[in-house]
Amino acid sequence: MSISVQLRHQFQGFALEAQFDVPSGVTALFGRSGSGKSTVIRAIAGLFGPDEARVVINGRVLCDTGAGICLPPHKRRIGTIFQDARLFPHLSVRQNLDYGRRFSDRDVPESEVAQMVEMLGIGHLLDRRPAGLSGGEQQRVAIGRALLSGPDLILADEPLAALDDARKDEILPYFERLRDEVSIPILYVSHSPAEVARLATTVVAFESGRVTGQGGAVEILGDPSLMPAGVRGAGALIEAQVHAHHADGLTELSAGGVPLFLPKLDAAPGAQVRLRIAAQDVILSPARPKGLSALNIMPGTIAHIRMGEGPGAMVSLATPAGVVLARVTKRSAAALDLKQGMLCHAVIKSVSIARQTVARGAGPLGSGEVRDVKYSNS
Amino acid sequence: MTEQAAHWFGLGAAEWQAVALSLKVAFWAALLSLPLGIFVAYALARWRFAGREVLNGLVHLPLILPPVVTGYLLLMTFGARAPLGAALKEIGIVFAFRWSGAALAAAIMGFPLMVRAIRLSIEAIDPKLEEAATSLGASPIRVFWTVTLPLALPGVLAGVVLAFAKALGEFGATITFVSNIPGQTRTLPSAIYAFLQVPGGESAALRLVVISIVLAMTALILSEFLARRMAKRGRGA
Repeated sequence: MSISVQLRHQFQGFALEAQFDVPSGVTALFGRSGSGKSTVIRAIAGLFGPDEARVVINGRVLCDTGAGICLPPHKRRIGTIFQDARLFPHLSVRQNLDYGRRFSDRDVPESEVAQMVEMLGIGHLLDRRPAGLSGGEQQRVAIGRALLSGPDLILADEPLAALDDARKDEILPYFERLRDEVSIPILYVSHSPAEVARLATTVVAFESGRVTGQGGAVEILGDPSLMPAGVRGAGALIEAQVHAHHADGLTELSAGGVPLFLPKLDAAPGAQVRLRIAAQDVILSPARPKGLSALNIMPGTIAHIRMGEGPGAMVSLATPAGVVLARVTKRSAAALDLKQGMLCHAVIKSVSIARQTVARGAGPLGSGEVRDVKYSNS
Repeated sequence: MTEQAAHWFGLGAAEWQAVALSLKVAFWAALLSLPLGIFVAYALARWRFAGREVLNGLVHLPLILPPVVTGYLLLMTFGARAPLGAALKEIGIVFAFRWSGAALAAAIMGFPLMVRAIRLSIEAIDPKLEEAATSLGASPIRVFWTVTLPLALPGVLAGVVLAFAKALGEFGATITFVSNIPGQTRTLPSAIYAFLQVPGGESAALRLVVISIVLAMTALILSEFLARRMAKRGRGA
């Protein structure tokens, strides 16, 4: 199972040159608006014909301009989830769901439909018309409709961008279930680091029509030079294990041997979780700080300092748990005399649970109630 | 039923004949021009091709040309002595001085109105919906039948009703092309004209005028009603 994409197209004043090979799972195409992500998605879907293109999904060649092969979009077996749900207004929810099935050359059995309806929680909407649904409900139906067309690949083009934060929190868990329960690979376009951190197994970073990096989510999100979202959205991912639940309502995690305390997590001891630590929530201190309310302090060595164009600097701290990014001002960096190789402590104000990694089907995911909760320990 | 209805309206045989013929001519004119009307409307709304403006102009020409000119052009094209008319006669199709010719003239005169209504409703459809249908595996022709046409239905209905109403009232091109033959090509307007040419024909003419008004109003109200229902359905309410 793999997806191989090579595209080249010359726009007026903008060249797109993208090449990536990614495994199954959720691959995030991550970059600023206008970096060419959506064009890549449209080219893969066959809705846009670049000058040169080669797209191979699981060994099936969808397009190879060199060999003169180019399947029309309806023969590509790709389910696209657009930013706007694009449900057919003249059809009921049930007919919308059936639309892709009708034209699919795969036989999607009735049982799978029932399962999908159950998974997306849209059973009570089936006889309604799209116009009467909320934005979040519409997007859930659109996800189901794309899945039921029997695709080899799901393309999700900023599927949450048109929704407000509450609706985003409503939809994200469904994408997580998709990733964990459905074997179809997903290409997920986003400019939100939080979304990418929560969903992606692989990340392809984009900048001005070019791929600037591709690899595992932890690796790419921890590299500030590849952070296309800019310093404001930067944040590292670390993996941790649930160690114990304490009587005072805190859950103790172990991240590479460093203890981290969060308000009670709905996960069994031993479960592996992924945490996202936003760079702007991290305070640096060369000496181990005392008398602070913050519980979470991680020692580490400064691996890299990257001076921004404004007043800020991004410090990469190598800790036993992995790279932690900290956003400090240039003035603080000078006052503390921060240097590469220096021992430092990261004081972490808040941590968000990015993703349930190992304990599949148990804990928050299995209960279908996971939320992008932010825990503040200060 | 026809005799009774005619009696009920106080119509003479000749008057009734004109009403029935007009309905027949308008029905076939609207129905047979519909497929071409949808095709041309779709092409103008969705395709960018060389000669698009020329096609657009041709479609609208009957709206602006004096109807007598359109009628004369039809006569030059489909008349018994015209090459095309002669060729069609070989295979048994004759338009000149027949009711079918009246239907052809009415169809051409109503065509701009039909195309306009359908084209506007197709242009109002978000192409993103058609794109979504394509991505779900529907071929372009299926996208048309399952998404574009159902969503354009209010416009299609409005177009048909407009073409029908226009066909009922067509006079200039019809009388030029197929003359004014009772029972064959004497439609409502031609009949009114004929009655007004003879002394004492005013009362018959007036009855036909009232019928004309009633038919036109009914068609317009019906089209409004259908369009509203369809729009409601399209919005999903």
